[in-house]
Amino acid sequence: MSVLVIAEHDNKSLKGATLNTITAATQLSEQVDVLVAGTQCADVAAAVAKVAGVSNVLVFDSPAYEHQLAESLAPLLKEIASDYKYVLAPATTFGKNLLPRAAALLDCQPISDIIEVVDGTTFKRPIYAGNAIATVTSQQSKLLLTVRSTAFDPAPSQDSSAPIQNQDIAITNELSHFVGEQVAESDRPELTAANIVISGGRGMQNGDNFSLLYGIADKLGAAVGASRAAVDSGFVPNDMQVGQTGKIVAPDLYIAVGISGAIQHLAGMKDSKVIVAINKDEDAPIFQVADYGLVADLFTALPELNELL
Amino acid sequence: MKILVAIKRVVDYNVKVRPTSDGKGVDIANAKKSINPFCEIAVEEAVRLKEAKQADEVIVVSVGADAVQEQLRTAMALGADRAIQVKTDAELEPLAIAKALAAIVEQEQPGLVILGKQSIDGDNNQTGQMLAALTNRPQGTFASELVVNDNDVQVTREVDGGLQTLSLSLPAIITTDLRLNEPRYASLPNIMKAKRKPLAVTELSELGIDAEPKVVITAVEAPAQRKAGIKVESVAELVDKLKNEAKVIA
Repeated sequence: MSVLVIAEHDNKSLKGATLNTITAATQLSEQVDVLVAGTQCADVAAAVAKVAGVSNVLVFDSPAYEHQLAESLAPLLKEIASDYKYVLAPATTFGKNLLPRAAALLDCQPISDIIEVVDGTTFKRPIYAGNAIATVTSQQSKLLLTVRSTAFDPAPSQDSSAPIQNQDIAITNELSHFVGEQVAESDRPELTAANIVISGGRGMQNGDNFSLLYGIADKLGAAVGASRAAVDSGFVPNDMQVGQTGKIVAPDLYIAVGISGAIQHLAGMKDSKVIVAINKDEDAPIFQVADYGLVADLFTALPELNELL
Repeated sequence: MKILVAIKRVVDYNVKVRPTSDGKGVDIANAKKSINPFCEIAVEEAVRLKEAKQADEVIVVSVGADAVQEQLRTAMALGADRAIQVKTDAELEPLAIAKALAAIVEQEQPGLVILGKQSIDGDNNQTGQMLAALTNRPQGTFASELVVNDNDVQVTREVDGGLQTLSLSLPAIITTDLRLNEPRYASLPNIMKAKRKPLAVTELSELGIDAEPKVVITAVEAPAQRKAGIKVESVAELVDKLKNEAKVIA
């Protein structure tokens, strides 16, 4: 009844969402193996071995897995999945890209974006942009799941190390290859991992005005996000989008500035512990979910906030 | 090159969906239905590729009951040349839909298949990836830009850290993200013209696939509601509350 968790990483460091996925895995079984497929990824394997609850780290180190493309990882998963009842991946763009491809090769119907493990065959997941929560159950011999990281705590680290097993199945992939990437460079924490997130919406009026948020973010150690309206208006790049079709965040503190609170945005942040809304429209729907609402013009409120922090 | 676009009929994105009182499903029987927004972007991209002379024919396909013909006609009004309905009254899961689409891919041999990245009802985000696996084709998921060449397609993908560009050998499978394009509106003459475009119906049972459900929804509930909190009068009061009441900043 063991679980295989697919680690998300960039060959150097482990992505945080893997830790939340490991927590979900420990609710299913005491035997949790973690797959690290990449190239020259020994540091990642060592980091995984230190995560509490991990039984074994399976390392597939090959140039074939450098960019962890689904066309090479899905057949690898098919090869090794026979030993496992469950295969879990974080519900990030990485996991969402990979897991269904592997599931189809195994003739399994996967379950996306679980937010709760009810029992070994029953899970809860949001549908209709989070407007409803479905309880789903499956008697498939193998269950492939993606895990919404905000719904599970990150697994803690441990002093001892789980055994690391180097394996060598390299699957060549002639179908696709990596050309390049544009990764946002930032000294601020990642949106999905930050304890505090401050986001701007259409009310910010332009990209330059986001500097008002950056100043506050740097004082608070916060990440900066944006609503879809701000991204679609070209104020900021798409990787800053918080919402149903962007990133799902659940920080300790979420500050929404100049964001009206469309349902698509709420779906991405409503599980935050404390929500603050700053908006000059007192009827904005964001106030219906905010713990603290301030009806004010953001162009006077933000400099004042920066001053007081 | 042929392009096949798969579309899904879903409850319109403006409809506020609520669980039914028996807690078994959602109350959408009388709600407005539309093409899933991501699928509409897929149709638009295919039509643009045809307009740019990079494709010869755009075929649109949907799996479902006769009601999906409404959305197939809409897609043809947007510029698709012909339509295929894979007819079934059953609610299929993504794996079964991917198997049905794989059978159509086998028949039509398109150079590109474009799908929405997810439907806004089930929110599964699976069908395109599964179709790619079943047809052993490369996948470019969450696409925000496509550049089609003779033998490959360059796909820019929206990933968590930013953008990633892959080169996929053709034939390939693409799933769309929001920023790939902005779909056009259908003009009245094109809506009229679409009524005369060919729409073929294939019975799901003729495709010989296993469409039995593997995952069952046993209950549907409303999400936990957040209670509105308080309004503060000033920035100073806000900072005080965050420090001393919520204790989320130092």
